Amino acid sequence: MGKYEPIIGLEIHVELATASKMFCGCKNDPFFASDPNIYTCPVCLGMPGGLPVPNKKAVEFYPDLPKGYQISQYDKPLAIHGSLEIFNYPINQSTNNQIKEKIRIRRVHIEEDTGKLIHATIEGKRVSLVDFNRSGVPLVEVVTEPDFRTVEEVDQFLKKLQQIIRYLSISGADMEKGSMRLEPSISILPITNTTNNPIIQYPTYRVELKNINSFRFARKAIEYEIERQTAMLDRGEQPIQQTRGWSEDKGVTLPQRAKEEAQDYRYFPEPDIPPMRWEKSQISKLKSQIPELPDQKKERFMKTYGLSDYDSDLITETRKLADYFEEAVKVAESTLDTGNQHIKQHHISPKKIANWMINKQPDIDAILPSQLVQDIRAASLVVDVSIDEITGAIEQVVREQSKAMSDYQKGKEQALMFLLGQVIKELKGKGDKQIITEKLKEKLALYGR
Amino acid sequence: MKLNTLTLTNALALLKKKEISLEELYRDIEKAIEEKNNELNIYLTVDKEAMKKARQAQELPLGGLPIAVKDNFLTIGLPTTASSNVLDGFMPPYESTVTKRLKESGGVVIGKTNMDAWAHGSSTETSDFGPTKNPRNLKHLPGGSSGGSAAAVAADMCIAAIGSETAGSIRQPAAWCGVVGLKPTYGRVSRAGVVAMGSSLDCPGPIGKTVEDCAVLLHVIAGKDEYDGTTSSQTAPRYQKNLKDGVKGMRIGLCYTDHPKLVGTPVDVAMREAGKVFERLGAKVELVKLSKSVKPNTILTPDYAIGLYTIVQRGEVSSNLARYDGIRYGEDRSHFGEEAKRRIALGTFILSKGYADKYYVHAQKVRSLYIQNFKELFETYDVLVSSPSPGFALPIGASAGDPMFGELQDMLVEPSSLAGLPGISIPCFRDPETNLYLGLNIMANHWQEEKMFAVAYTFEQNIRWDP
Repeated sequence: MGKYEPIIGLEIHVELATASKMFCGCKNDPFFASDPNIYTCPVCLGMPGGLPVPNKKAVEFYPDLPKGYQISQYDKPLAIHGSLEIFNYPINQSTNNQIKEKIRIRRVHIEEDTGKLIHATIEGKRVSLVDFNRSGVPLVEVVTEPDFRTVEEVDQFLKKLQQIIRYLSISGADMEKGSMRLEPSISILPITNTTNNPIIQYPTYRVELKNINSFRFARKAIEYEIERQTAMLDRGEQPIQQTRGWSEDKGVTLPQRAKEEAQDYRYFPEPDIPPMRWEKSQISKLKSQIPELPDQKKERFMKTYGLSDYDSDLITETRKLADYFEEAVKVAESTLDTGNQHIKQHHISPKKIANWMINKQPDIDAILPSQLVQDIRAASLVVDVSIDEITGAIEQVVREQSKAMSDYQKGKEQALMFLLGQVIKELKGKGDKQIITEKLKEKLALYGR
Repeated sequence: MKLNTLTLTNALALLKKKEISLEELYRDIEKAIEEKNNELNIYLTVDKEAMKKARQAQELPLGGLPIAVKDNFLTIGLPTTASSNVLDGFMPPYESTVTKRLKESGGVVIGKTNMDAWAHGSSTETSDFGPTKNPRNLKHLPGGSSGGSAAAVAADMCIAAIGSETAGSIRQPAAWCGVVGLKPTYGRVSRAGVVAMGSSLDCPGPIGKTVEDCAVLLHVIAGKDEYDGTTSSQTAPRYQKNLKDGVKGMRIGLCYTDHPKLVGTPVDVAMREAGKVFERLGAKVELVKLSKSVKPNTILTPDYAIGLYTIVQRGEVSSNLARYDGIRYGEDRSHFGEEAKRRIALGTFILSKGYADKYYVHAQKVRSLYIQNFKELFETYDVLVSSPSPGFALPIGASAGDPMFGELQDMLVEPSSLAGLPGISIPCFRDPETNLYLGLNIMANHWQEEKMFAVAYTFEQNIRWDP
C-alpha cells in the first residue's frame, strides 16, 4: 500500500433513445440526422413563448439502478441513494478471491441535452455553427459517490453500467458517438495512519476530467491524473480544484476553464412543468416491466443451467447472446420429446451449448438456434462412432452395391451420393457426415475410375 | 349608430339577422383606429388584411369580428415585440394557442396592442414604443400591462380584446379604462406562444365591453393544450349558460376595505356601495377582516404579497429573458430597457447561491400561506370582492422613477394571483368630473369562473349609472 490513495467519483451522462425529445415532440435522432437543425421546434429552439412539456416516456423508461425511489418533484432527482455492485479483484490474486464492492450512486436524474457547437472556417472566416438536433434530447445523469480507488474499479463499473443500459435498450450508450459521456473527478488522499483506516475526510479539491471519448481514454486519463497529482504531492505542492481535458495526442491532461463558482448556476423549480406524481401501483408496474438485468441473469443461468461463473458471465454479456442461448436450450429440450431413442441418448445439455457458443463463437445473426443445436448434435455424434465402424460400413456398402460402384467408376457423380446415403443408413444416422464422405472417397479412390 | 361601439354579443346578433354587414362594421372600426390611434398609441401593428380575413370567417361562431390582441401573443404574419426594442421586427414562426383558437372560432386579429415592455409594469408607460393614453381621459394612464388592449376596448377600436395578467395586468387596466377584464384560473388558458414573464403566474384572458362578451371569449380560448403542461384537462364549460343564475342566497366577502391605505378613499366608498347592491339582490355580504396572520374568517394582509410577488416574479423573469440573445432573432441584450434590466438583475441576485433559500424558497412558503387562507375563505364564501386597484387611473408620468409602481398598484390582486385564483373586474363607479372609473374585482375559487360570471353579470345588470 502506497502512501497515497486515489479518490475517484464519476458523473456519467447517457442519452436516452426515446422516439422524441424530452420536452417536445421533435424526433430524437441526433446521430443519424441528415442535416443540422432538422429536428427542431419552438420549444427546443428556445423561441419566445415555447413551453417545455415533459415526455413521460423518458421517465418511464428509467432504469432501476438504485433501490430507493424518490419520485421527481421539481428539483428532486428521480432517484437517490442507489448502488451498483462490482467485483474488486485484489492484485496478484486469483479471481476466486474477488470481493464484491458496492459503489454508491448519489443520484440519478433526467435533464435535457444541449445543442452542438461546431467551429468551422467558411469562406476564410472563422465561424461558430449551432446544430439544435441534439437540443432537448433526454439525458440521464448518474452521479456516484467518490467510492473508486483504482482505475480497474472505474473500468468495471463503466462496463457494467453500459451493459445494464444496453440490456434495458434505453440507449446505445456508445462512448465514441457521445451517447455515453464520462466526467471522472480525481483527487489524492495522503494516507497518514494505518492502511485500513477509514477515510475521515476527503481532499478539499478535486480535478474534473473532460474530453473522454472511450473506455481506453478514461483509463489513460485517470492513470495520468493520479500520477500527476501524486508527483505534485511528492514535491510538496497542493493540486488545485480545476477542470482538465484529456489530450489524446499528447497523452496528458491540460487545464481547461477555471471551474465556475456554484453561485454562477442559479436553480429554481421550473414553473412550466407541474410536479410529477406517481402512484405506488404505477411504480410497481414499471418495475415489473424492467427486464432481467445482467447480474440476475447470470445467477439464474448458473442455477438453472449449471453454467460455471465464467461461462455464465460470457453468455450473459449481451441480452441478445443470452436470449440466443436460452432459445437453443429450448430447442434442445423440445427435441427430447420426439421419442427418438437416439436423440434421447445424446442429449445436448445447456452446458454443451454454452461451451460451443464460447469456443466456436458462431455467428448468431446467421445461424438459427435450431441449426446450432443440430450442428452441435452432429459434431457430438462423431465421437460416438469409431473410425473402424465407419470403414466397416463402407466396406459392406462397397461389397453390396456393385451396380452403384460401377456407375461411379463410369463417372456418374450421383452414384457417390447414393453410396454415401447407404453408408449413413448402415451407421443408423450416427457419425459426422464430413468424415464419412472423406473416408468413402478414400476407399473409392482405391477402385479407380 | 356607429357599429364599432357594439358589444360582441350584439354585433353577432345583428350580423346574424343581417341588420348590419361586416363591411360596415369594419369601416367604422378602421375609421376609429385612423382617427384615434396617433393620439392614443394603442396599436403597434394593424392588420390591413383584417376585412378580407373576416369575410372568410363569417360562418364561424365569432363571425369574423375584429379582436385586438396584446403584443406578447405570437401571431404569424404580424410582428410580435412585447413592446420591447429587443424584439423589434420579430416575425413569429408559429402561432400562440390563444390566437390560434380565436382564429379557428372566427375571430380576426385586427391589430397588436401596446403594453409595458415584456409586461413589466402597470402603466403601459414603460413600452419602448411610447405610452398609451387612457381613452376616458387623455391626461391619464390606461394602466397595464395590458393597457393597449383595455384602451382599445374603451375607445371602440375593436369589438373585444385579449390581454394577459400575472397580477393585475388585465384587471387593473380594465378598471382604469372602465371596461370588463378577466383573469382566469391559472392553467385554464394556455400560455403557449405567449412571451413569458412570470411563468407560475401568467394567465391570458379576455377584455370586453360586457361580462357576457368575456364569457363568450373565455370559452373560445380556454382548455387543455398539449403545448402547455400546466393547462388543466377539465373541459371549459359554456360560460354564457349560467350568467343569469343571480346572487340570491350567496355569501359574498368584502375584502381589503379596512386596509389603512384604502380607509376613507373613493375605493372604500365604492366597495361599500357595491356591497349594498348585492344585499339588495338577495346576497349575504360580510366584511372579511384584514389580519396579519392566517386566522379563521379573516383575510391575510396583502402587504406581504408585495415582497413575495416581487421575488417570485423577478426570479422567473430573469430566467425567461435569458433566451433573448439576439443571435437567432431580434436585437441583442443591450436593447433591454431600464425596467427589464432592473428585473433581470434582481432576479439573478435572488436566485444566486446562498440567496435562493433566503428569498425564493422563503417566498414560496409565504405563498402557501396565502393559498391556505383563500382555501379556508372559500369554504365560507361563494365569492370574494375587492377593488382591483387602490384608486382611479393616475396621470401620465406617474410611474416614472418608481421601480415598485406596479407592485403597489397591484397589491390588492397579488395575493389571489399568487394563489392562482380567477377574478373579473367590472366597472362599478364613474367620477363624472374626470370621466375616470373604478372597478369591482370579483374573485372565485379555482375553476369556479361560472360563479364569478353570475355575480358579475348580476351586478352589471343592476348597477345604476349617474345620469
